[in-house]
Amino acid sequence: MYRYDNYDQTLVDERVAQFRGQVARRVAGDLTEDEFKPLRLMNGLYLQLHAYMLRVAIPYGTLSSKQLRKLAHIARRYDKGYGHFTTRQNIQFNWINLEETPDILAELATVEMHAIQTSGNCIRNVTADHFAGVAADEIEDPRIYSEIIRQWSTFHPEFSFLPRKFKIAVTGSPHDRAAVKVHDIGLRMHRNEAGEAGFEVLVGGGQGRTPVIAKTIRPFLPKRHLLSYLEAILRIYNQLGRRDNLYKSRIKILVDSVGVDRFTQLVEEEWQQIRDGYLELPAAEIERIRGYFAPPPYRAFDDKPADFEAQLRRDFRFGRWVRTNVTPHKRPGYAIVTLSLKPVGGIPGDATDAQMDAVADLADRYSFGEIRVTHEQNLVLTDVAKSDLYALWQRLVELELATPNIGLAGDIIACPGLDYCALANARSIPVAQRISRQLGDLTRLLDIGELKIKISGCINACGHHHVGHIGILGVDKKGEEFYQVTLGGSADENASLGDIVGPAFSADNVVGAVETIIDTYLTVRQGGERFLDTYRRIGLAPFKEKLYAAH
Amino acid sequence: MPLIRTTGPVEDPWTTLKDEDPLPADGAIIVTLARWQANRDALLARPGPLGIFLKSDQPPSLIAADIERFDVIALNFPKFTNGRAYSSARLLRERYGYRGELRAVGNVLRDQLQFMLRCGFDSFEVSATADVATWLKAFRDFSLAYQPATDARTPVTALRQRPASARRIDHDEEDAPPARRSDDDAAVEASVVCAGYWAY
Repeated sequence: MYRYDNYDQTLVDERVAQFRGQVARRVAGDLTEDEFKPLRLMNGLYLQLHAYMLRVAIPYGTLSSKQLRKLAHIARRYDKGYGHFTTRQNIQFNWINLEETPDILAELATVEMHAIQTSGNCIRNVTADHFAGVAADEIEDPRIYSEIIRQWSTFHPEFSFLPRKFKIAVTGSPHDRAAVKVHDIGLRMHRNEAGEAGFEVLVGGGQGRTPVIAKTIRPFLPKRHLLSYLEAILRIYNQLGRRDNLYKSRIKILVDSVGVDRFTQLVEEEWQQIRDGYLELPAAEIERIRGYFAPPPYRAFDDKPADFEAQLRRDFRFGRWVRTNVTPHKRPGYAIVTLSLKPVGGIPGDATDAQMDAVADLADRYSFGEIRVTHEQNLVLTDVAKSDLYALWQRLVELELATPNIGLAGDIIACPGLDYCALANARSIPVAQRISRQLGDLTRLLDIGELKIKISGCINACGHHHVGHIGILGVDKKGEEFYQVTLGGSADENASLGDIVGPAFSADNVVGAVETIIDTYLTVRQGGERFLDTYRRIGLAPFKEKLYAAH
Repeated sequence: MPLIRTTGPVEDPWTTLKDEDPLPADGAIIVTLARWQANRDALLARPGPLGIFLKSDQPPSLIAADIERFDVIALNFPKFTNGRAYSSARLLRERYGYRGELRAVGNVLRDQLQFMLRCGFDSFEVSATADVATWLKAFRDFSLAYQPATDARTPVTALRQRPASARRIDHDEEDAPPARRSDDDAAVEASVVCAGYWAY
């Protein structure tokens, strides 16, 4: 993974010193809360319902075991013993004291971590495919370009006060696990007719109040032009994006209002002026960064080790876990293991300090000391030898990190909701917990098959409900929590936005509504059809009929 | 409002005119874009230096053809959270070749000074209550920059390409990369010359 050199370290250390000064000025009353707010937000520090919340950047979801141990330490020392992994591949600590934040940032800096640009109207932490480097279908490792973008965007002097926040996602594979079509900029690597790898550039995707699927403004961008093209897009947005209305200030609104053709023309014109300038990426720089993401020292293994095959046959529960939580690896004899942070009835994305420490140890022992965080709020060990899977699984069971539900209905995404968040209209976590318990039977989950349930506690859509196969949005109706349900959303390469089924359900009825939707699917599905396939075939009506007949 | 440069407070010889203010016979004046567009000939015929004030929604392309007429261009930050003028500043310096004084006015706060400097601003109208001595330190909050911008600072990407023995942070005399920069004002003065990003 990427390692800081003296330059990276100096910048992060100077940021800690700067923020320490800003906090001191705030505490002394030299800064008003209005003046302090954008400064703390640029360091990921939010004022939530009960306390300050600190959002720590995990660039493109990659962590070393040492970094994860530091996060465990922070959870223990400065918080209540847990952290929450988010849909942005970051981690949030929910119970933070303002005065301690400079010390926390200083501790993070010792392990090459920070909270820079995890909030505020700037270019946010860049996200990428959590299977980067190990996916069989990968063209190039997206972490290389994510790191190049991270450095270019960090403290960018022109783009630190944009009209609104700005999110960039990168995928290096045809199968999009990074949801690039619902980001302000999505970069999808592919090959042109000459066989050269480059990026399809998509702009203006997003969720929130106005969900939009991103539009392609350049089908193929050579890699050397990556930064100049991004700079051109950001410059057009910074100049023309609306600043008079919070809800109309994202780039998707600009693209929509001027039209994608005109927007593309503006970007291309700006880019022509700067494309051959100092932002051109030399191949040597790409190779230098690529060196940091070189494959670990894999050993030559049989792809079907006899002990693993025997364990699969012997232990039904192990086999079930392998089926759901283990993904094929590009190297023979290795596997990608997803650790479920979705225990039945648990809080999606939460991990205790003890779990984090234990996962760090397991990463050291079984996976070259590296961990990934997924936007679906789970953790991944990317490089586990198949013959180690059984021992790893046994340990994960003890840690309650082996729930065999990845990609299934129990693998629910949920934002923190009204239990923590100052923006929320309704609680998300208890709904997720109730659905999870209701669908707790693992055999049934397997029968239902792939089903992504995503829950947001407000229209800002941190829980990605618009792109859930079943999406649930908390709304406030005269002081009471209600839940609007959408069907048919998807965040992959065939992205789509969910359709609203009808009037919202009460907190008491929403779990039953999900049951009804699933039961309806089970009665009408054909062959091995996934929920999403069935929905796309038959549409909203059959579900609607059952839902509103039943309630 | 006090005016500062990276070197410290400076006298401000300029008078900023509102549209309804009468045109003084002489002296250095900064006028609005509307006045410039309406009274261009009279303003050019007048003795004394001329400056222009652009609101954040007035792009510099509107004065691109007349860049050499102005000794000061003042770009407004109506709120410090409105960052349009950062792009305007870079375009004026890098696209239109403006070499005169580029002044940040409006809601100019200490914690944005270094961003402004990097985008080509070289004078800053600050609040009357600003503690100038501590504000000046903000120009040096960061001794390094990852990305090239309008200032002359050598970005990290280019520094990395230098042989270790020749690595210096900008114009600093010290060799070691992580050292904080000494007080070399020339190093933080804005420049219209862009440093090479990669130096391969």
